[in-house]
Amino acid sequence: MSEAMSQRYRSGFNNRSELPNYLVSDPRRRPDPVTRELAQGFGWFSIGLGLTELACGGAIARWLGMPRSAPVIRAYGVRELLQGVGILGASDPTPWISARVFGDALDIATVLPGLEGHNPHKDNVLIALVALAGVTAVDVICARNLAEAPLAPSEKVQRDYRRRSGFRRRAEAMRGAARGFKPPPDIIGPEAMRPWTLTNA
Amino acid sequence: MRALVWHGTEDIRCDTVPDPKIEDDRDAIIKVTACAICGSDLHLYDHFMPGMEKGDVMGHEFMGEIVETGKGINGVLKKGERIVVPFTIICGECDQCKRGFFSVCERSNRNKDIADKAFGHTTAGLFGYTHLTGGYQGGQAEYVRVPFADKTHIKVPENLTDEQVLFLGDIFPTGWQAAVQADIQPTDTVAIWGAGPVGQMTLRSALLLGAKQVVCIDSVPERLEMARAGGAITIDNSQESTVERLNELTGGKGPEKCIDAVGMEAHSPRALEHAYDRVKQAVMLESDRASVLREMIYVCRPAGILSIPGVYGGLIDKVPMGALMNKGLTVRTGQTHVNRWTDDLVKRIDDGQIDPSFVITHRAKLEQGPEMYKTFRDKKDNCIKVVLRP
Ligand SMILES: [Zn+2]
Ligand SMILES: [Zn+2]
Repeated sequence: MSEAMSQRYRSGFNNRSELPNYLVSDPRRRPDPVTRELAQGFGWFSIGLGLTELACGGAIARWLGMPRSAPVIRAYGVRELLQGVGILGASDPTPWISARVFGDALDIATVLPGLEGHNPHKDNVLIALVALAGVTAVDVICARNLAEAPLAPSEKVQRDYRRRSGFRRRAEAMRGAARGFKPPPDIIGPEAMRPWTLTNA
Repeated sequence: MRALVWHGTEDIRCDTVPDPKIEDDRDAIIKVTACAICGSDLHLYDHFMPGMEKGDVMGHEFMGEIVETGKGINGVLKKGERIVVPFTIICGECDQCKRGFFSVCERSNRNKDIADKAFGHTTAGLFGYTHLTGGYQGGQAEYVRVPFADKTHIKVPENLTDEQVLFLGDIFPTGWQAAVQADIQPTDTVAIWGAGPVGQMTLRSALLLGAKQVVCIDSVPERLEMARAGGAITIDNSQESTVERLNELTGGKGPEKCIDAVGMEAHSPRALEHAYDRVKQAVMLESDRASVLREMIYVCRPAGILSIPGVYGGLIDKVPMGALMNKGLTVRTGQTHVNRWTDDLVKRIDDGQIDPSFVITHRAKLEQGPEMYKTFRDKKDNCIKVVLRP
């Protein structure tokens, strides 16, 4: 028996645990309803923002006073679209929300140079940065809540423990095998103190 | 030597630490051949149990070979001899030890003054289990110092494998004592909350002791399956009402004996109750969650017995004292008086009545310990019991 068992264990280990929690998708995650809805909201937000960036990349770049960034913004639009579809489509959006956090960092790094030099639209850059910071903060909270959500028990038994009785014979045949054992009276109390049903049985 | 070292919440690492040395005449040093991660280690991993310090070596289920003995061992143990180490350290000489109440040994806790303050009176020293119980280094390591080794050991026959006898140090006698404390009669329904390793040992003990029905309550499918393998009727409390099913199984009278093999990190299937306990625990208004206790008191047959092997550390809230008192329930609890039961249990293993190794689902090297803690805690990969080999 132990031969077959140990073989099963060897194949059983998975190496996914080497990746940090927030990058691993685990459908057993059970986030609280607020976090779940927040993640869904971010999914639709990503899609909306992605479409806007794709369609109006040029206008956004001009508004920021950084006209040469238009192609970058359109590329980010594609990224947002992918993230949005990922979040809404995945059984566990955790890695996709984490991707949003990295995306936020990228956005900030892209917009930040707009504050340098003689950009006449510095005010707009500042507005964009404040908005990005706010979104980033909520993204981080959402990602953390997701990554730390408790796991539901595995949906189905993948390993067969039906033969793990620990008994040599059928469990039913072992019922009462240790009936001869006399529980020590200092543990279970003296006979006279036990409920009358027991002493009468 | 290599050892699993506690660094903080969910932070256990395999570090190199100094080898243990003989510090007292009654010490022995053992080379660990097998050790296990226990459910109560998770209370430390999750840091629900106070009193751990950075650098403490984990583990209280272990066995090995004697490599060195102090002068006071007087031939009781010899070099090369194989022993299982009970998780409660016992002096063998104090009033409690003499009466067989080993888990409340009055002399083995070297931090007696802290425990006196926390609990009113000290309990026994434990391996790898907080400074409240002595701050002794644990057994998830290559070597361990065993204090009072002339008494703190279990001798095992050569013909039994490590895996067959390893659990004599904790979970097997713990499950056995839980069942014995329940004073099981042939007419009894015994309900056991928790199908973890201790629950599995408890339900098999209850069956061997001859209970009419053994019922096991949990929500993890593979654990329930293993419980059924051991002859239990199971209740999946995420799918059905425990109280209703138990009443159904007992003609509305309730189980005569209820056993809590869960302890302070209970998850209530009632989200509101769980959230309540979780919040109070987080703001330190209660240290232990009590949903299992509440349910046991509620469903137990009047004049029945509650047996509590599950570990609690501090205070709990909203215990239905009215039901407990008016129903005349008896509560029996305590850490396990391991050595009180082991002579008998060794014989049962040797006779083939039970083979406790059935519960092992994962085997790994000591170095894999940190990830195995996570696997075990998160019940990943159908994990029920992990055995580590240094
Ligand atoms: Zn334990
Ligand atoms: Zn003692």
